[in-house]
Amino acid sequence: MEEKRIRKYVPVVLRVDENGKIRPLVVEFDEQHKYLVDQVTDVRRAACQSAGGVGDRYTCRIRGQEAYLWLEKGRWFIAAKPEYVAKEDEGNEDHSV
Amino acid sequence: MERGILHVDANCYYASVEMQRNPELRDKPIAVCGSQKERHGIVLTASYPAKRSGVKTGMAIWQAMQACPSLIVVPPDYPEYIRISGMMREIFNSYTDLVEPFGLDEAWLDVTGSQELFGSPVEIAEAISARVKFELGLTVSIGVSNNKITAKLGSDYKKPDAITRIMPDNYREIVYPLPVEDLLYVGPATSCKLRCVGIGTIGKLAECDEDFLHRRLGKVGLVLKTFAMGLDPTPVQRTDHVQAIKSVGNGSTAPRDLVNDDDVRIMLYLLSESVALRLRELGSRCMVVEVYVRDNALVSFTRQRKLRQPTCSSAEIAETAFDLFKRNYHWDKPLRGVGVRGSELVDATNGVQLSLYADARKRDRWEQIDGAMDDLRQRYGYLSVQRAISRLDPLLAGVDPSQHTIHPVGYFGG
Repeated sequence: MEEKRIRKYVPVVLRVDENGKIRPLVVEFDEQHKYLVDQVTDVRRAACQSAGGVGDRYTCRIRGQEAYLWLEKGRWFIAAKPEYVAKEDEGNEDHSV
Repeated sequence: MERGILHVDANCYYASVEMQRNPELRDKPIAVCGSQKERHGIVLTASYPAKRSGVKTGMAIWQAMQACPSLIVVPPDYPEYIRISGMMREIFNSYTDLVEPFGLDEAWLDVTGSQELFGSPVEIAEAISARVKFELGLTVSIGVSNNKITAKLGSDYKKPDAITRIMPDNYREIVYPLPVEDLLYVGPATSCKLRCVGIGTIGKLAECDEDFLHRRLGKVGLVLKTFAMGLDPTPVQRTDHVQAIKSVGNGSTAPRDLVNDDDVRIMLYLLSESVALRLRELGSRCMVVEVYVRDNALVSFTRQRKLRQPTCSSAEIAETAFDLFKRNYHWDKPLRGVGVRGSELVDATNGVQLSLYADARKRDRWEQIDGAMDDLRQRYGYLSVQRAISRLDPLLAGVDPSQHTIHPVGYFGG
């Protein structure tokens, strides 16, 4: 059984190159937690099994860790651990996305 | 080289899409149902746990709730089903350009020419199954064969998430014992005729004498025998192959049960207007008018009549349909819905053979009135001009016939 995750839609800062290719630069988990995307290692269509949803999955390196970022119908989401989404307002932990 | 045909069928499609995007629903009995308010409240798709409790496609919601009290009813989201279906088609198209969709959740693929690139048909089926699972989070059943009919039998043979290969070497073993109803185009009526003469399995149908079948069932008997023998030569039609439109039809479930001729007449006028409009848009007239009736026990029939002259006039279509209806329905039960169809289309721009007896001038006038109504509606909206009959019952007249539901398509493309 896969670990339960929640689909959390997040603001993302993007760069669009001259060919229209997009690359996420910063993922804003919340006001206090904005993460620089160091590298995008893979982009492919994939279903998000843990939180649901189907779209383009960006495999990103953020602070040395691998994280998935989905683009579905023009919106970006991550599969976040439920406890982090619940504690969103308290906001002092370091969230792994 | 032997043909390689796949039939891919997404398991419990609507329900699976809902469960994929909402993990809370997974492994629970859910049913995607039409809107209860507009009385399309029937089960469109049920998940496997719901099916195990006895929920079936086509059941009314209350029946389904009786069969399975813990059932979770989910409203349909067609745009999402269309989006996911489009993505599934993209996967198919990466293996072959010969893809023939059959509704949103099924498709035939001809992979005969793809084997050099991607391996045997079974290997291609495995690759497709894996990709659909990874990319869309859905499971599919795939039938692998050398013709479309047998491939479809294969995809139905084992569900969910399975690949069944039925080729000449194992054809008799797998297909012959199957009930004859599993064959495409053996519906309740044909099944009854076949079973009456002791043909209960596909094997028996395949071995049956041709003349005998022809006598019992007519032309379709011979077609079914070819299907049963696994010799269907029909090619997989590409998606970009636009089929010539053979008929224009529209049907609707009424907002309340129809209980008398007047109710039916209102509905028929409403539907005929949209049929006639579409005929005019296509620049066609129809030679045959068909009426479709479904009672509140969901039993249905169709009746058709050939006209003396082709028409695209809504009044003529409606009156013909109404007359057909009156002659064929005796109000044993209230009706749930009706439909109208115009078929045997002819080009309206060509001249029409005039009849010596019919009043051509009157007919011309009616067509001009229809044309004027089209113009008014285009400029000022659908409700800007209405037939007086539609004021008799605002509830029935409130049905918007342009809101088409997605109907399954016919195998023969009719």
